[in-house]
Amino acid sequence: MKVTLDQDKCVASGQCVVAADDVFDQDDDGIAVLLDPTPPSDRAEDVEQAAAVCPALAIRIQG
Amino acid sequence: MTPSRVLVVGASAAGLATAEALRRKGYRGTLTLLGDEPHPPYDRPPLSKQVLAGSRTPDTTRLRTPEVLAALDAELLLGDPAVHLDPRTRTVRTASGRELGADAVVVATGLRARNLPGTDAEGVHVLRTLDDALALRSGLLAARRLVVVGEGVLGCEIAATARSMGLDVTLAGPRPGPMLAQFGPVVSELLAALHTANGVHLRLGHAVTGLTTAEGRVTGVRLDTDEVLPADVVAVAIGGDPATGWLADSGLRIENGLVCDARCRAAEGVYAVGDVASWHHELFDAPMRLENRTNATEQAVAVAANILGADLPYVPVPYFWTDQFDARIQAHGRLGPDAGVTVVEGDPETGRFVARYERDGRVTGVLGWSMPKQARLRRQEIGGPVPSLEPSAP
Repeated sequence: MKVTLDQDKCVASGQCVVAADDVFDQDDDGIAVLLDPTPPSDRAEDVEQAAAVCPALAIRIQG
Repeated sequence: MTPSRVLVVGASAAGLATAEALRRKGYRGTLTLLGDEPHPPYDRPPLSKQVLAGSRTPDTTRLRTPEVLAALDAELLLGDPAVHLDPRTRTVRTASGRELGADAVVVATGLRARNLPGTDAEGVHVLRTLDDALALRSGLLAARRLVVVGEGVLGCEIAATARSMGLDVTLAGPRPGPMLAQFGPVVSELLAALHTANGVHLRLGHAVTGLTTAEGRVTGVRLDTDEVLPADVVAVAIGGDPATGWLADSGLRIENGLVCDARCRAAEGVYAVGDVASWHHELFDAPMRLENRTNATEQAVAVAANILGADLPYVPVPYFWTDQFDARIQAHGRLGPDAGVTVVEGDPETGRFVARYERDGRVTGVLGWSMPKQARLRRQEIGGPVPSLEPSAP
């Protein structure tokens, strides 16, 4: 799977990190940072949860 | 038994997220999304901020593109409010006379904005829908003086946005400090200082008893002191009521929302999600109803799983954020006016800090003021004992 993150949309809620902290982190302003743009398939459920709970719709998943 | 027909009543964030979570979890049956507004699903948090300020156009609030919506393979029925539910047969009747049957019905009808009684004068606005936001914006563009009635999160956001647009803004409300009920006195005082420093006039701690009008237009807001705050436009932000009027004759229990069990189920095959749902939070052992954007999606994922047989209680850590002037405030857990508050990182003087909320020796919540990452890192303390000593900073 391929993950993309639009930092311009991010509202720094940190919900993605709560869902999948091996794929997402936050910088000092709270803006989400993508640690792993191609996480292994066994992380799919948590990454999809991260995308679903993002209040800014900043996370997209392909494949 | 896995249902083969699911009807979601409400086509905003919670309803849409439920539909999407069902599909993501492999549900292939019939899916219907019924909405009372004519607009395709859109996002509400930007309404009181970027849409009101004009920095974002209404179409950017759409939650999904037409292509993504089409790929959901759901029947989208818009502009047709539900008027009746029979929970026994799980049949919903709509204003236009549709009869929609399903194996599972999800109630996601949200809130109705409260208004002051007898306020049909020109220039008086509430803010709940996209149309409300656009009407308030055009009112603000033609106005000089705004009075906001209501010192909660929405009232504070409207005040901050309008002040940033250059209006003369007064914030009125019955409690003595902005967001006092949500944040308690320590943080409320800091918020008051922020608004004052940015030129918002605070006239808090007095009940609003009515409006003054002339020739059908609002001219001011009257307080219980008989003082009148002059206004060209008034924004009423005194909260909302769960939109349960259409369920009044359903036989379902309505008490500050649609009452649900710990699995967000109101009756066999009837679920509730989002602002309208009052469910039993098992960890807090209390009924809970959350009016915030993140709960809408988080609860939707839980409800979708339960519809498909997961049988799991919904036990979230509540979370909301608010942006006012240059402050980005994030609240995790339960804060409230009577908790003890300790600043544990940063310094309010510098405009960046984290505060810990505690009650009976336990951490109940964490608030970050322009320190989002540090606040999120501390949410794991919520529910545990208050640490006896803070490790000193390196």
